[in-house]
Amino acid sequence: MKRYILKRVGYALISLVLLSVTIFLFVRVTGDPAVLLVEPGASQADIDAIRTQFGLDRPLWVQYGHFAVSLLRGDLGHSFYYRMPVLELYLSRLPNSLLLAAAAMAFSLVIGIPTGIIAAVRVNRWWDSAGKVFALLGLSLPSFWVGLLLILFFSVYLGWLPSSGSGSAAHVVMPAFALGWYFAAAHMRLTRSSMLDVLGSEYVKLARLKGLPEALVIGKHAFKNALIPVLTLAGINLVIMVNVAVVVETVFAWPGVGRLLAEGIAFRDFPVVQATVILGGFMIVIVNLLVDVLYAVIDPRIRLER
Amino acid sequence: MSDAPLLELKGLSTHYVSARGTRVVRAVDEVSLTLAPGSTLGIVGESGSGKSTLALTILRLLPPAAKIVAGEILFEGEDLLAKSDVEMRRVRGKRIAMILQDPMASLNPLFTIGDQVSEPLRVHEGVGRRSAWRRATDLLKAVRISAPESRVREYPHQMSGGMRQRIVGAIAISCAPRLLIADEPTTSLDLTIQAQYLNLLRDLQRERQLALIFITHNLGIVAKMCDQVAVMYAGRLVEWGPVTRIFDAPAHPYTRALLESIPRMGDGRERLTAIEGQPPDLAAPPGGCAFHPRCPQAMSRCREEAPPETALGPSHTARCWLNVPAAVPTASAR
Amino acid sequence: MTSRSAALTVAWRLSSFRSEGFPLIPMSILGLLLFAAIFANVLAPHDPEVGSLGERFRPPFWQQGGSEKFILGSDHLGRDVLSRLIFGARVSIVVGFTAVLFAGVVGTGLGILSGYLGGWVDQVIMRVTDAWLAIPALTYAIFLAAVVGPSEMNIVIILGLVYWTRYARVIRGEVLSLKERDFVRLAIVAGCSKRTIMKRHILPNVLNSAIVLGTLMLGVVVVTEAALSFLGVGVPPPKPAWGLMLADGKKGLMAGYWWLTVLPGCCIMLMVLSANLLGDWLRVKLDPQLRQL
Repeated sequence: MKRYILKRVGYALISLVLLSVTIFLFVRVTGDPAVLLVEPGASQADIDAIRTQFGLDRPLWVQYGHFAVSLLRGDLGHSFYYRMPVLELYLSRLPNSLLLAAAAMAFSLVIGIPTGIIAAVRVNRWWDSAGKVFALLGLSLPSFWVGLLLILFFSVYLGWLPSSGSGSAAHVVMPAFALGWYFAAAHMRLTRSSMLDVLGSEYVKLARLKGLPEALVIGKHAFKNALIPVLTLAGINLVIMVNVAVVVETVFAWPGVGRLLAEGIAFRDFPVVQATVILGGFMIVIVNLLVDVLYAVIDPRIRLER
Repeated sequence: MSDAPLLELKGLSTHYVSARGTRVVRAVDEVSLTLAPGSTLGIVGESGSGKSTLALTILRLLPPAAKIVAGEILFEGEDLLAKSDVEMRRVRGKRIAMILQDPMASLNPLFTIGDQVSEPLRVHEGVGRRSAWRRATDLLKAVRISAPESRVREYPHQMSGGMRQRIVGAIAISCAPRLLIADEPTTSLDLTIQAQYLNLLRDLQRERQLALIFITHNLGIVAKMCDQVAVMYAGRLVEWGPVTRIFDAPAHPYTRALLESIPRMGDGRERLTAIEGQPPDLAAPPGGCAFHPRCPQAMSRCREEAPPETALGPSHTARCWLNVPAAVPTASAR
Repeated sequence: MTSRSAALTVAWRLSSFRSEGFPLIPMSILGLLLFAAIFANVLAPHDPEVGSLGERFRPPFWQQGGSEKFILGSDHLGRDVLSRLIFGARVSIVVGFTAVLFAGVVGTGLGILSGYLGGWVDQVIMRVTDAWLAIPALTYAIFLAAVVGPSEMNIVIILGLVYWTRYARVIRGEVLSLKERDFVRLAIVAGCSKRTIMKRHILPNVLNSAIVLGTLMLGVVVVTEAALSFLGVGVPPPKPAWGLMLADGKKGLMAGYWWLTVLPGCCIMLMVLSANLLGDWLRVKLDPQLRQL
């Protein structure tokens, strides 16, 4: 297991480095980075000052060196608009996004896993068709449109739920639904196909040959094996949710990091934009690593390997 | 040993019907045989001859596309086809057990050996967890696995192939079944381990008065282990009877061809004898006797009519026009 | 991740229906959209970018306050919604197809190189793909759009850059298995150059996958473009992109001007649904064994 973990950590580090390089290159290589790094409405003198400050006339690899060093030190720049270090700003908003993502994830799993299992076990035709329709819709309806429709129905027409802001359970319901919708369909589809694979396996056949009641065959033998890929995906999806919540958070004015990104764009606050993307990517890589490690702990095949 | 047969199959037929109802595959076609308690039957045939389907039919674990369309299955005098799903469940694993071909795939990778071996005991006999584990350890001992106390806590991937097959065997005998069906149990084992395993099965059989059905394409195993042999071709039982009689004087040309195709040292032949032709497409089998395109003794009658089951002695039947006294054996070129 | 989900979901969806059947509805819808896109100038009753402030927020004609002048209503600047939807089809189709084509060409090319040549080429391309895929496409696209500034051209390039990695992954997998096939080995034995083999043997055989993936990616790209426009980093105003219309529509949402939100969203949904269904039909038609998509 140790070797497995070390290998994963290595991959994670490489990904992080490549990530920083990519972001760095994009900014430096397209157009004039100095313009991005100054506040909107700055004078030419300011722009020149920034150029020297960031060493934009130095060779690229030197610039990258500075960039990487400041990243490692936790210095991700200063927000023009909020006038505070971006990292601090990001961390203050992160809990809100995590809350939303957790709610959306709970929704997607509660809906997705049972429907996936039922669809696989084929309880009856109706479930299967309903499931397919649901899956297709989940894929084709953009999350932010779902959010807008929800607001239209539940805030404007019915007046049941608040359309923006955070602070109570009622505030979380619609954003969580809008965000989790796509993932519910994805989780259902994966649960179903994973379950089908497992149901066709030899050990399930043997379980039936042993004369085990069907409930035990499915609930014990099939279930645990089928869930592994789903939970793996769910773990990774949680962090992805935080990142793609950008639009949903904007629709519902939810004070999370997604909205922070949108604000950064709207206010031309580039340090915020850059930092949000970097931190988002960083979180994904780390969570991927954690999920891999968790996998190692759960699956005895990996845990007991020398 | 009592006289009443343990298992009786009468005219059993299983057909696979395609989704639109157009293609019918006669996987098992009017098979009849009997099995005495404690005896061993070998079912041989080429791939696709219906051997595995026959086993699954007896246990009524067929895929949804397959239907048992005719016949009877009498086990210890009870008609298995009349049983409900719940009743059948109680038969499986407890009174009739089955071993599958690939032991690695048969064991669930996420559960311990002990868990999987004790499962039938807990389900069928209501044994509590602790005593079930103790009995699981005893079972592992019975199948000659060393250090069973520690093995019981380990996982399938930590065992070798031979060990896994024994574990599957332990699962099978756990509730003291009267019949054990083994589907190609040695195919995935190394040669050196095969013999050990077969000896183990024979010992278990003797100790527990277990009837064995061996599904195999290996006539050597049949010769060594079985009292009776059933030869299947295209879903039909072409010959069934005592091993010694059939191996000495096979009544069906297919059986004869199978026996001749086994290479033997020092028999003076230069070339391997193979059976010409290909196994038939079960959805569109040849008319008449399914073997006639490949049969060196085919007559015109073979092409037209399928031969009936002819009794050649007590517990010995064959399906061939050559055995029907009224048939005139005018051999004609194919 | 998204494209794979798309493929698998649609694959499942269609598996219960007769997969031989020509997907009439999706094709008609796509055909209709294409028609609207090409003949927008003729079809649209009004100029999509110019509005009359006296006619703001008119509801569709069947509601009270609506008129036949603005069949589907007007927006906050008095612009005709129907005309904007029609011209929006042009934007979506142009951006969608071009981006998919761009991503497809680059991704397929690199996928073939990576899969066939192996070695360090493969390693480099795969590492880059991994790093690229580490961040969700939307976030990347937003970042890039923020850096280079929004314009229709930029969006196409950005979407292409973000999505080529999906192609590369899938095509590379195909190439790896193709490499083991006899006809490729024969070509190697016969002494063909690597370039010839890649061009004449490998490429035609991966085209099927590339096309199917393309139709599935079309849906994904359209949604991403809509999201970008919604956030203000996509197609810039006053061009009528459906995503932009949704952003504008949000302003009138609390007042109950539903048509500004529901209608553009329906168009997006129809286009994406049709593309997905078409993609799945193609998948089965072109090669029923294409399962790794």
